Amino acid sequence: MIQIKDLHKSYKMGKNSLHVLKGINFNVEEGELVAIMGSSGSGKSTLLNILGMLDELDEGTYTLDGVAIKNLNETKAAQYRNKFLGFIFQSFNLINYKSAAENVALPLYYQKVARKERQEKALKYLTQVGLKEWANHLPSELSGGQKQRVAIARAMAAEPKVLLADEPTGALDSTTSYEVMDLIQKINDQGNTILIVTHEPDIADMCKRIVHLKDGVIIEDKKIEQVRASKYV
Amino acid sequence: MFDLERWQEIFDTIRKNKLRTFLTGLSVASGIFILVILLGFGQGMQNGIAKEFEQDAATSVWVWPGVTTIGYKGMNPGRPIQFRNENYDMAGVLFENQIENKSPRLFIRGVFINYGSESLAYNVQGVSHQFQFIENEFMTLGRFLSQQDVDSKAKVAIISNKINREVFHALESPIGEYLDLSGIPFKIVGVYGDIGGEREEDRIYIPVSTAQQVFNGADHLNNLSYTLPPVEDFETAVAQSIKFKNDLKSYLQKAHTVAPEDTSAIQVYNPMEEAKRFYALMGGIKFFFWFVGVCTIIAGIVGVSNIMLIVVKERTREIGIRKALGAKPWSIVGMILHEAIFITAIAGFTGLILSMGILEIVGPHVEVDYVLNPSVNFNVALTTVFVLIFAGAVAGFFPAWRAAKIHVIEALRDE
Repeated sequence: MIQIKDLHKSYKMGKNSLHVLKGINFNVEEGELVAIMGSSGSGKSTLLNILGMLDELDEGTYTLDGVAIKNLNETKAAQYRNKFLGFIFQSFNLINYKSAAENVALPLYYQKVARKERQEKALKYLTQVGLKEWANHLPSELSGGQKQRVAIARAMAAEPKVLLADEPTGALDSTTSYEVMDLIQKINDQGNTILIVTHEPDIADMCKRIVHLKDGVIIEDKKIEQVRASKYV
Repeated sequence: MFDLERWQEIFDTIRKNKLRTFLTGLSVASGIFILVILLGFGQGMQNGIAKEFEQDAATSVWVWPGVTTIGYKGMNPGRPIQFRNENYDMAGVLFENQIENKSPRLFIRGVFINYGSESLAYNVQGVSHQFQFIENEFMTLGRFLSQQDVDSKAKVAIISNKINREVFHALESPIGEYLDLSGIPFKIVGVYGDIGGEREEDRIYIPVSTAQQVFNGADHLNNLSYTLPPVEDFETAVAQSIKFKNDLKSYLQKAHTVAPEDTSAIQVYNPMEEAKRFYALMGGIKFFFWFVGVCTIIAGIVGVSNIMLIVVKERTREIGIRKALGAKPWSIVGMILHEAIFITAIAGFTGLILSMGILEIVGPHVEVDYVLNPSVNFNVALTTVFVLIFAGAVAGFFPAWRAAKIHVIEALRDE
């Protein structure tokens, strides 16, 4: 699903150049649940931004579902993001004046899906994350865990190839974190490819594979026995 | 523009940001409102001034004698000037080419007017047949004085609509009736009306020649009046009337041995010259109104662009989210512009309709001197609205463009 070869990325900070990613090689198969770990400054967020086409790579190649991602203009990148990727953020990033259902329907609006169908799909995915009754509530009326579940439903709504989650449990307490991980595992069980950036080991242990980043290189890449989050819920 | 989905998206946004929308709309609507009202009153003043000068023919010139104030060629100051027939005839010959209509006037004092047993209180004036055009009288019945009436010293009289109504209301027509002026019967041959209204309809006109003979006027005249031939443009008309005024004045001064610098012995009223002064003032006022109006509009535009800037800043995160979800840059620009144009248009037309409505309803009832029926050219107002919409779009474009260029990562960064 994802192939990355010899990926380099540096940022210009005034006169100095900061080399963040120093040759990453890394493949993800369909249906995998990968945790990308590392301390802050290890380059994990940069990697996720490049994977999410929010940032451009300097060197190397990135292939997503057989499509080479290179030199995209903004319009093309937007199109690919919409088609291939679903984002889950630490701070949820829901639009605060739109109801849960409208938030979930938003990626479909950019896919030019008709309004009626958007509403149906939004409701379907909200049901899947267990928030059907909350469809008409604004984000401010939801708890943190509920917000993240809405965000997950939104990421799913576009039926992307890959879900990218940036510290999805970072703003949640541990019980809520496990509920969210339980949901993510269930989505993964349905065959969806998911990448999670995290620095919490217990969250990483709930994935099927852990990639450890340090100072811009992968120092460890191992498959693990998945810990089911349902145990803790 | 015709994308229904986008309209729905915009209505959603507007519905959920009512205050912001309202404030944007208010600055635009009030801008248009103030401009239209100002322009309306500018027009009203112009109408009012035009009306003031409409009472007499615009190119008319009026001359009346006064008392000398400066001793000249052995004559004492304080000498009253008396116009005579020869002055009138001479001026007619001298300035024949400059004059269109001319008429002397003799005010007849101490005359008793009777109709049957009724005693009436009106003015009687002796004039020539051309006076109709100088005073701007229109005939409602019969005819005005004719050249023949003047030449033959006919005992005929012209009365006004007002007199007709007040005295002859029992009759179907006053034509052919006789008025008794100090014992002498005058036959009514016409009824006139004056554009200036009733206050100009207190006069009974009789031929000047008859007046002089019957009422012991000798060859005295009280007043000379003229109109000048119409010309294409205002400037020429003013120049022409000033020249005539000066020529006539200097002739009369010479004829009556008056010092050229004596301003009170011979007085000339020249509406054209007055009008010029008023029109210049009007132009100034109109310009001022436009200036204030345009400033208001500019303030409106600045308001719109300011609010657009804030909107974009406030919505940075939302725009970041939308971009992460696959919004293309142009769809962001389109969304923000679409909203800006929509709000500006609705608010602009609201302001337009409100202000035009007020002018329409209140305008005809305005009864202030020099302001008459304030109204505004609809096309001008409409153009202003479109200019404002266009300016709103331009003002909205740059913030929108900047918004579309927002880097998703930066937009979503936690504060």
